[in-house]
Amino acid sequence: MYIYDEFDRTLLAERVREFRDQVARRLSGELTEDEFKPLRLMNGVYLQLHAYMLRIAIPYGTLSSDQLRTLAHVARRYDRDYGHFTTRQNIQFNWIKLSDLPDVMADLAKVGLHAMQTSGNCVRNVTTDQWAGVAPDEVEDARIWAEILRQHSTMHPEFTYLPRKFKIALTAAPHDRAAVRVHDIGLRLHRNGAGEVGFEVVVGGGLGRTPFVGKTIKPFLHKRDLLSYVEAILRVYNQYGRRDNIYKARIKILVHDMGAEKFAAEVDAEWQAIKDGALSIDDAFIADIASRFRYPSYEDLPDNPASLRAARGRDPRFDVWYRNAVSPHKVPGYSIVTLSLKPEGAPPGDATSAQMDAIADAADQFSFGEIRVAHEQNLVLPHVAQKDLPALWEALDRVGVATPNVGLVSDIIACPGLDYCSLANTRSIPVAQELTRRFKNLGTQQELGRLHINISGCINACGHHHVGHIGILGVEKNGQEFYQITLGGRADEKAELGTLLGPAVPYGEVADVIEDVVAAYIELRERPNELFIETVKRVGVEPFKERVYAAR
Amino acid sequence: MPLVKNAAIVEDRFVRILDDAVVPDDGEIIVPADRLLADASELTQRSGATGVHWPNDRNVSELAPYLDRLALVSLVFPSFRDGRAYSQARLLRERYQYRGEIRATGDVLRDQFILMHRAGFDAFEVKKQADAVKFAEAVARYSVVYQPGADSQSSAARRRRGRIGLAAVESAVTARS
Repeated sequence: MYIYDEFDRTLLAERVREFRDQVARRLSGELTEDEFKPLRLMNGVYLQLHAYMLRIAIPYGTLSSDQLRTLAHVARRYDRDYGHFTTRQNIQFNWIKLSDLPDVMADLAKVGLHAMQTSGNCVRNVTTDQWAGVAPDEVEDARIWAEILRQHSTMHPEFTYLPRKFKIALTAAPHDRAAVRVHDIGLRLHRNGAGEVGFEVVVGGGLGRTPFVGKTIKPFLHKRDLLSYVEAILRVYNQYGRRDNIYKARIKILVHDMGAEKFAAEVDAEWQAIKDGALSIDDAFIADIASRFRYPSYEDLPDNPASLRAARGRDPRFDVWYRNAVSPHKVPGYSIVTLSLKPEGAPPGDATSAQMDAIADAADQFSFGEIRVAHEQNLVLPHVAQKDLPALWEALDRVGVATPNVGLVSDIIACPGLDYCSLANTRSIPVAQELTRRFKNLGTQQELGRLHINISGCINACGHHHVGHIGILGVEKNGQEFYQITLGGRADEKAELGTLLGPAVPYGEVADVIEDVVAAYIELRERPNELFIETVKRVGVEPFKERVYAAR
Repeated sequence: MPLVKNAAIVEDRFVRILDDAVVPDDGEIIVPADRLLADASELTQRSGATGVHWPNDRNVSELAPYLDRLALVSLVFPSFRDGRAYSQARLLRERYQYRGEIRATGDVLRDQFILMHRAGFDAFEVKKQADAVKFAEAVARYSVVYQPGADSQSSAARRRRGRIGLAAVESAVTARS
């Protein structure tokens, strides 16, 4: 956990005061909607189909139990008793009243939460590996760097009105759980040949209507140069990014049009002029930020204790959950536990206030009061003693967040779609719900193994369909909802965009087509443990297409 | 359109010269970018002060040779959503050490005053009278900033360093390792 100090708290209080004043000026008519819109967006407030939506930042996906209880309170007091966790480690409330918003912000600020820069053409919430700080394979805790970037980009005097939104993601593990190659800037902490830790810098990745996997413009950047280098990238983008066409304004288009090499050269020229200036990072600066991160006082515990083994032997349901949702921790005797927010038939990523309260209690009891939000729209308890797993499972199962489908076919990522969003062409949530019903048999899901389905209700790709193993994109055709299917996308360290399977299919046939795709995989795979994504890579989409469209 | 300097509404002594209008030898004037580049030696030797109106899609490095003889650089926000002039102002202040007036023109509104001020602007052609009156209040709204800018406000990182002292930092380093 990062604990706010007086500077962080003061800035947040001043932001709430400013926003209260801006809302008052909007309500009095002193501000036009045109003038107010970017201001509310930079405080996370969207106008959707039916109401205002508030998107609250959860920086690098880390929450304290008190913060989660405050989110439950917001759901209960100001919304319809639930919240929706997003693919960028944020939470959204869909039914907020404009006049309540300043009070909501004030309630959030009390526990160090805010909605700053969760929208607008500025640097958005910095995301990272939901396992940062506890993953056995990481080189260090990426959250310290995410916090350094969060502070640097908050109310930046130069980069608050960029050509378009700007998303930064970080990972410090060889296995990328933060999708850094599909972000405006992706940063990968790694160790070079000399044993030093620094960043690989990737730019120009992104999804939306023109998807790109990002290009590496700096294989190794020294830590001291992180802020000056990011500032150089942003300055080049701010000056040369297109502003004449909203669909061509992201940095990926600039990098593509200029060419990655020329772009890198421009950034380097800018960086040379500022790298030894005020943004240079020394050890004291890192130590100061790190000093406000609290780490648990772990006990000295054995791995795989007898009580855990006994519980697994006793209760097959517990054992199934254990094998699915529990992952190795870097400290012996501890585990990382993923809480599925994808029960059968429910909208992906939703949690009720009662669930949030229960999860906060479980975190206090079993995870040193800490919760993480994963970009797959699930939650994580990052520090659970293995001996506590049976008791934790019972607590989670009671509130419906112990579905053992993490990483399986029913662990679907979906955008809100036409049920909420004013940009959407089609519904997403009902498609996800139907698929979870089709694949409700856990044995079938286990047989299929790791398989990610991503659904977007329009070309803006909030459901990251391009990088789903199976991607589903809603498009409108003559007033009807149709869906394009892509196969073979992935967002990890081998990031790739999916390939179109064939003609779009109508709403009523999507689940049938996905069933056929999955059946084709079973037929085509070389061996039972060849993953779906590996089969698609090996054989391409053609054999899938033949099988799926043969009967259509 | 009220002009704000030093947090007060003041009279604008500068006259905007159009493309090919005759330039008087005395009095404060602002000329377009192309005019400055075409007639630089003549313009910068006038007895009155000369400023330039510089578009937001042109590199300010072109201005570098003339900066020591320019009293003012006027930058433009065609819409408050177009933030290119923030980079130009910072470059003028921080890279080229420009100490003359940097004026914000165009869609200059209350909720962006603080960003403009922090980027190095020190004069503001404010669009609405009501906003101009509130200038001092708007700029003083934040007592904490996270990053260094072209203004004199210390960043939180700098102030923390002053506060914590070396001992605290060293103990934090030890605690982590």
